[in-house]
Amino acid sequence: MSDFAPVLSARFGKKNSSALATYVADGGYESWKKVLAGSKTGEWTPAKVTDLVKASGLRGRGGAGFPTGMKWTFVPPKEKRGDKPVYLLCNADESEPGTFKDRILIEKDPHQILEGMMLASFALDVKHAYIYIRGEMVHGAEILNAAIDEAYAAGLLGTNVLGSGMALDLTVHRGGGAYICGEETALIESLEGKRGHPRIKPPFPAVSGVWNAPTVVNNVETLCCVKHILDRGADWFKGIGRNERNTGPKLYCVSGHVEKPGVYEAPMGIPFRDLLAMCGGMKGGRKVKAVIPGGSSAPMLTGDEMMDVPLDFDGVAAAKSMLGSAAIIVMDETTDIPKAVTNIAKFYAHESCGQCTPCREGTPWLHKMLKRIVAGQGKKADIEMLMQVAGQMGNGMTICVFADAAIAPILSAIPKFREEFEAYVAKSASPGFEQAAAAGITSEVAERTAEGMHS
Amino acid sequence: MSGGANTPVENLPGLPPVGEHGALSCGKELSFPPAAEARFQKLLTRYPTKQAALLPTLWIAQGEWGWISREAVDYVATRLGLSSAFVWGVVTFYTMYNRAPVGRHLIQFCTSISCHLNGAEEVFHACRKKLGDLKPGQTSADGKFTVIEVECLAQCDKAPAVMVNGDDHARITLDNLDAFLSELK
Repeated sequence: MSDFAPVLSARFGKKNSSALATYVADGGYESWKKVLAGSKTGEWTPAKVTDLVKASGLRGRGGAGFPTGMKWTFVPPKEKRGDKPVYLLCNADESEPGTFKDRILIEKDPHQILEGMMLASFALDVKHAYIYIRGEMVHGAEILNAAIDEAYAAGLLGTNVLGSGMALDLTVHRGGGAYICGEETALIESLEGKRGHPRIKPPFPAVSGVWNAPTVVNNVETLCCVKHILDRGADWFKGIGRNERNTGPKLYCVSGHVEKPGVYEAPMGIPFRDLLAMCGGMKGGRKVKAVIPGGSSAPMLTGDEMMDVPLDFDGVAAAKSMLGSAAIIVMDETTDIPKAVTNIAKFYAHESCGQCTPCREGTPWLHKMLKRIVAGQGKKADIEMLMQVAGQMGNGMTICVFADAAIAPILSAIPKFREEFEAYVAKSASPGFEQAAAAGITSEVAERTAEGMHS
Repeated sequence: MSGGANTPVENLPGLPPVGEHGALSCGKELSFPPAAEARFQKLLTRYPTKQAALLPTLWIAQGEWGWISREAVDYVATRLGLSSAFVWGVVTFYTMYNRAPVGRHLIQFCTSISCHLNGAEEVFHACRKKLGDLKPGQTSADGKFTVIEVECLAQCDKAPAVMVNGDDHARITLDNLDAFLSELK
């Protein structure tokens, strides 16, 4: 651990780190040149690049942690796909609340991403790759476009890349502001010029994705890792991390009540305790009350549960949450958990794409009930009803996992911090059924009245 | 739904009338000036279908005219061979296409979880109050400011984060709100 030198963030502090000249001076595009030159002699083949990525144990950094090399092998071979092109889409729609690692990669070291995309394009026989960047990253898109222009001018992209005969185009596509477009099939729909509605799977994008062609969608950080695996080998990559299922360097986004929030790079699997120390500990020396370890979609853990969790895919899963996008949101003892959960519920109610009924209807209901509780108007039955409604939305009730993301904070926070929710209800001005019944009003009328008051 | 610039505020003075398919009219015919046209033509070479150019074409339109009017919807639809209804459906799905004119400074407060933990809502409310009790999405009488609430801006380490038009601003608090606003000319 102590001898770990940053990999992905190594160039962040350098002057003009986003420029081609500084990237090349630091050894950038050597792997791209090596692979292209080797493709002529047969030293490098697409299969060899894929095998290297597989051997490295690289798992996707966007949230799901799916093995990247395996994802690539799902693309049908040329004999099966015929004339259809293969597309590579770089998912830069970083929108998960708490996540800001891709933003800094884009702003500080865009050529690292481009080289990763070039190498992945070689492995997948891609002729045109796209970067889908979220609309809010206005400067990020400008920086990427400038980097791509530089790469074309230097012959690193184009119809005959570095004289190899290989053609590769790269295009930045800006989204319009929609969280759901980070879901890969919604991203594909959005790239096609439509509303970002996730598709039913199968078919999976690898078989039929954008424009009905085989498509691979990889996260920004994942593609950066590909570049470093080609630079330094699969064994090197595998040597970093807690075990062979959780390998490589990792960017962690730490926000909330810590002394120095920011993006920190560490070997995959660093214990939360150590990461917190890297951030200078808790603000004002306060205690950790709760942590969301993988962006707002991940189940909340208590400070005690969190302290020794190794921050990798399997480590956080064993603690019954998920590493997700490694967006670690730290809440201190002063945090009002019901209010924090209400805030997250509001996000999901706003961002549901509206396709599936449980999600479209469920997310605003959850938000409405939570809002009522924290406004001091909650009813005793609300807490159970929240659990009940949330319990009916996930686990395959919808096309995509958005609903599962929306309910995770609620289903985890209520059992762990039930007394805080109950405290709100106990001092509620409108406790609902029981008092109403005593006053001789039917519960149904009371329900409607309470609803009418607070909608 | 949090009020966004995409949601026209009902009954506010100065807004143009609602036109067909729910879009507001800007009252004039639109077409891309030469520089925008050149960018549009370049766009078309980057995708295998015309439809795929829809989001970036809407960005060009918003860049030229500030917001997406009924006329802009019709114009973009014609240029891409799509129906106006389809284009309007896409415009309304994404929050960043303005469906009404906005002020010179579109102030976008992130109030998602990390910014919430750092008091973003209080700053958002204080800002609206300072600018003349603006409702979310409403533009100040001098046309200078529109204040809206947005979802996570991926600047959680700089909470509370604010974006003004396309520019990122870090750590806007009750203490530095006045200084922040005075820099917006």
